[in-house]
Amino acid sequence: MTPDTLSHVSQPVVPTTIVEPRRPFWNLELGHLWEYHELLFFMVWRDVKVRYKQTALGVAWAVLQPLMATLIFSVFFGRLAKMPSDGIPYPVFAYVAFVPWQYFANALTESSNSLVASQNLIKKVYFPRLIIPMGSVIAGLVDFCFAFLVLIGMMFYFGIRPSSSIFLFPVFLLLAIGTALAAGLWLSALNVQFRDVKHTIPFLVQFWFFATPVVYPSSIVPAKWRMWYGLNPMAGVVEGFRYTVLGKGHPGPMIWVSAAAVAVMLVGGILYFRKMESTFADIV
Amino acid sequence: MSSIAIRAEGLSKRYKLGSSASYKTLRESLPGFVRDAARKVRALGSGSSQDDIFWALRNVSFDIGHGEVVGVIGRNGAGKSTLLKILSRITWPTEGHALIHGRVGSLLEVGTGFHPELSGRENIFLNGAIMGMRKAEIAARFDEIVAFAEVDKFVDTAVKHYSSGMYVRLAFAIAAHLEPEILIVDEVLAVGDLAFQQKCLGKMSEVSRAGRTILFVSHNMAVLEKLCQRAIVLQNGEIDYQGDTEDAIHHYMNKMLTTNQADGHTFDLSEATDRRSPVGKLLKRVELYTDDELPVGEGIRLGSGLRLKVHFDLPKPTRSFDVGLGFESMFGQRMFTAHSLFEPDRPTEERIGPQVFVCDIPSFTLMPGLYTVKIWLDINHAEADQVNYAARVNVMESDYYGSGKAPWNGAVVLKHKWYIQASVADTLHR
Repeated sequence: MTPDTLSHVSQPVVPTTIVEPRRPFWNLELGHLWEYHELLFFMVWRDVKVRYKQTALGVAWAVLQPLMATLIFSVFFGRLAKMPSDGIPYPVFAYVAFVPWQYFANALTESSNSLVASQNLIKKVYFPRLIIPMGSVIAGLVDFCFAFLVLIGMMFYFGIRPSSSIFLFPVFLLLAIGTALAAGLWLSALNVQFRDVKHTIPFLVQFWFFATPVVYPSSIVPAKWRMWYGLNPMAGVVEGFRYTVLGKGHPGPMIWVSAAAVAVMLVGGILYFRKMESTFADIV
Repeated sequence: MSSIAIRAEGLSKRYKLGSSASYKTLRESLPGFVRDAARKVRALGSGSSQDDIFWALRNVSFDIGHGEVVGVIGRNGAGKSTLLKILSRITWPTEGHALIHGRVGSLLEVGTGFHPELSGRENIFLNGAIMGMRKAEIAARFDEIVAFAEVDKFVDTAVKHYSSGMYVRLAFAIAAHLEPEILIVDEVLAVGDLAFQQKCLGKMSEVSRAGRTILFVSHNMAVLEKLCQRAIVLQNGEIDYQGDTEDAIHHYMNKMLTTNQADGHTFDLSEATDRRSPVGKLLKRVELYTDDELPVGEGIRLGSGLRLKVHFDLPKPTRSFDVGLGFESMFGQRMFTAHSLFEPDRPTEERIGPQVFVCDIPSFTLMPGLYTVKIWLDINHAEADQVNYAARVNVMESDYYGSGKAPWNGAVVLKHKWYIQASVADTLHR
């Protein structure tokens, strides 16, 4: 035996990588993604650490954003326009929706821009690109937690007890994460090729905001349309939050429509992302 | 075969060149813009368009054995970076494939992913993770990295406050402590001050001695020759030569010449590509002769005379014109500069039209090897025309000392003599 073969026998199995032009679209290499979970952790950690660096108010911003929005809409919609709020004090009614909404809007904006913002990395280092938008979506959860703490305080203040269905709350949080990730995958991959996306996002977020029952109850949507209304997954998320946290009535089958919509968006988003991934380094 | 680390077969990479339509007026631009957008949207799914295509890499195949250190040589745009990017899986090949046995660490740029707001400590972990290290690995090597980078005191300071030297040192230190089976390196040694570069080089050779496979791109031939056993020369995206590093460098140096040249004698400068001509393409031709006024063929013998005749044009009557010749080694180092300014009997009468300026070097004593010549013409002390890699001089071994011993080691050969001082010898013996 030559020394070469000897050392080969004694060595642990080294991974073999095949570099080739195409890869079947169904091969998502999710196991490969798992190998990089530590990198995902570090990306999230970096985003969280850096987000409020050199700001005077620091992490208070995480709470101020939904609070200010709630204040404005409480005055204009709650007080002046007398918007119905399903028997819940309007500030709580709006705030419980603003918490997931603000999370979603920020995660969507951040993740859409994430690939372009990380172009230096993309051009110089290999790792599964999915990590980049995923990191942005997960990093937003820290803000979400702070905003949620304030929600608990608010419920104490208004004397609202959490409902018995509170244990379902994580499901709706997952739904919110899924929606943000799905939209983020589509938009971030599109943004690599068309910077138009960057300019579209403020309008998209604004439009989506009014298409979601954040500052109004979904009960003002006619019952026969409500199923279709659920096609906006955030409608399901917001109503789900009110249902599980505040104990408002079950929002009905629109929740299932939302869940299905997220599933379709997410699978499509991952497939599209994987398809475009091979071109990122070349065109970003 | 088990000892192969990287096997590339027919790797090719095609890029589309963006259409460079420049819009003149708003009226013209509007339909063009709409057409362009429509075309882009159509291309979204199919990826096909009529844009010009360009092959950055064409049918590149090679094998690299485990533990081999291989250099990649080529001009800018020859496809070196594309090759490294494909092997690092940053970009996908258009055709062909490569098999890579072992974990790959690529260093295409140091400090990738550094965040200015984070401290040195935090960036070590972040950057390490980006480079593919596990958290435990980084923690285990943390002290070593900090010591190597010489930033101990500032490890908890945000890197935006670092000097650029510290920044680069830290970045390289992290990279240097990667321990993949295969390391892909792109010119990262060009960082830091001279002392740190030496340290980096030392680290690189240490890594290569440890039996790691390294693929290394550099323009520094001296470094390549020192580190690599084998080299691949790329030209226009194709493999031009592969083999022993020294031969590969020779081959590359020959190809470097930007001028038309049929032999080692006449170099036609009219088609030179690597040239700067603020006044015009005034330099026409250079001819090389040996001291016997014979055209130089294969080369000149060490210590023999070299006569260079530079043909050029003077567009206007002028009294002040100078020609410079820069002899550069294959490592890109200037070995010797000949300039007509140094000539005490330099012509001072007014001249115009075609001229031949002759430079006589009675004894050419650079060590045997290949040298390239850069030629420039100054008129009224301002640069008028300049050609890089204009000519090549091959210096061949000779019995320079007359002792039958070929000179070795060093850059130049100087006449010298050895003898015993008679009186001292006498004193000792007494």
